Amino acid sequence: MSEFILEAHHLVKTYTQRSDRFGFNTTLVKALDDVSVGLSAGKTLAVVGESGSGKSTLARCLLQLHPFDSGEVIFQGQQLDKLSGQALRQMRQYLQMVFQDPFASLNPRMRVGEIVGEGLVIHGLGSSSDQQKKVVAMLKRVGLTEADMQKYPHEFSGGQRQRVGIARALVLQPKVVVCDEPVSALDVSIQAQILLLLKELQAEMALSYLFISHDLRVVRHIADDVVVMYQGRIVEQGSVSEIYDTPREEYTRKLLSAIPGKAMQH
Amino acid sequence: MSATLNQKNPLLQLMQVSISPKKSPAKMLVNQVSFEIEPGKTTCVVGESGSGKSLTALSIMGLLSKQLQLKSGKILFNDHENGLQDLSLLDSSALQKIRGRKIAMIFQEPMTSLNPVLTVGYQIGESLTAHLGLKGDTLNSRVASLLEMVGIPAGRANSYPDELSGGQRQRVMIAMSIACEPQLLIADEPTTALDVTVQAQILKLLHELKTRMNMGMLFITHDFGVVADIADNVVVMFRGEIVESGAKEDVLNHPQHPYTQALLACVPDAEGKKPLKPIDYSWLGHAA
Repeated sequence: MSEFILEAHHLVKTYTQRSDRFGFNTTLVKALDDVSVGLSAGKTLAVVGESGSGKSTLARCLLQLHPFDSGEVIFQGQQLDKLSGQALRQMRQYLQMVFQDPFASLNPRMRVGEIVGEGLVIHGLGSSSDQQKKVVAMLKRVGLTEADMQKYPHEFSGGQRQRVGIARALVLQPKVVVCDEPVSALDVSIQAQILLLLKELQAEMALSYLFISHDLRVVRHIADDVVVMYQGRIVEQGSVSEIYDTPREEYTRKLLSAIPGKAMQH
Repeated sequence: MSATLNQKNPLLQLMQVSISPKKSPAKMLVNQVSFEIEPGKTTCVVGESGSGKSLTALSIMGLLSKQLQLKSGKILFNDHENGLQDLSLLDSSALQKIRGRKIAMIFQEPMTSLNPVLTVGYQIGESLTAHLGLKGDTLNSRVASLLEMVGIPAGRANSYPDELSGGQRQRVMIAMSIACEPQLLIADEPTTALDVTVQAQILKLLHELKTRMNMGMLFITHDFGVVADIADNVVVMFRGEIVESGAKEDVLNHPQHPYTQALLACVPDAEGKKPLKPIDYSWLGHAA
């Protein structure tokens, strides 16, 4: 079982929520309740569930963007949650994220070249002319041009912005990329382009993806393994064919039956 | 194509509708769009962002932004009471009487379309007071029955929008829109912001209400999966023009236009049998 590049054991995360009319009382919400997952190197692990199921919280805890109450996260044999400060920051180069909303996750006052190159500057990778070359090469790889470096995010369409987000994550040559609903804000037609791009890049750069989504049609096409979450717990996990062809749990079957367009003939 | 010869008048008939910016009238955002909606049937308008599908819907309600104009065309609405009228010729006070009463609209994002400082019960009741003059207990009981119709406990009438989940907010929007029993319901991507499970519930609810109230429905979406679930007729738009229209079975199973074929091919299938295919615009070279 040691081929996991990133694994989590028994993660627990609770949020306190103010309740009552004026917030005099507090209630505990278990966002993650004893969650253990393993991401195999070079594979895609999809986390599916409805809003509030804890899938985004899981992603953030894995990347140490949120502290968690108990459990451990291991990346390439190192316990991430024990790292702090400089050591953790160095590690972040290998753990990147692509966000859902391509409109909100790009700084509107920065040029695309600066956005994509910022990680290289922060991690001090190469001379500035090297960095420049890497940014240009990455932008071209995701289907943008060198001239796009001088543009601002608002000059791009949603799909192009998501390409910028992908370039920003991948220019650092990461090992693990967490994709948090990367295509759910996009039109179906653009969705297919971005999914194919992600797949190609995975093969080229030996990336491991943690892919968060509520769209089971998309997951079917991109994932190798699937984790189904509901109310902070893992309901079921297995390979794509196990989950889709022989789901064991009632909740998984309910999710599968909610996929729109089963009447469609292909 | 839309060769169904219909002897009786359809509920809504768009004839050669064109929309352009006032400042550059030559630039057609919606170009010569014609289709019709029958009572009790759902017409889905499918297209990518920028294809003009939302503009078309807004023009029916007379809600186009001030920078835009309805350049030409007729929007014929077959009203139960007043007979056939061209909505594009009505003034704002006449339109006011139709909006919310005869034609209602549901928007994509329920949080931005609900007023956060008013209870949902009040917001559902507003159009009942405005159009039908309901007050007091009659109003309250009507609001309660509307909430129950969309699957929300009547006690939630005193809740504020932020106290409800996304699916419940969209149900409130639906309750508001059907309050005056409109003849036509326009739904602009009503489930895009929702989870798949909630989406399935909302689609089922809309279908039931449509059947029960014999409403015509104009449903805007970019997802062919949703089309397969809810449509009777389909209109495919691309860059402001209709490229194909017809009965659902024809368009989905035997798409004629290359754009429809490409759009269908890029929808991921749940079985994972079909390889993903990004949309192919090569036909534009020949068609243009």
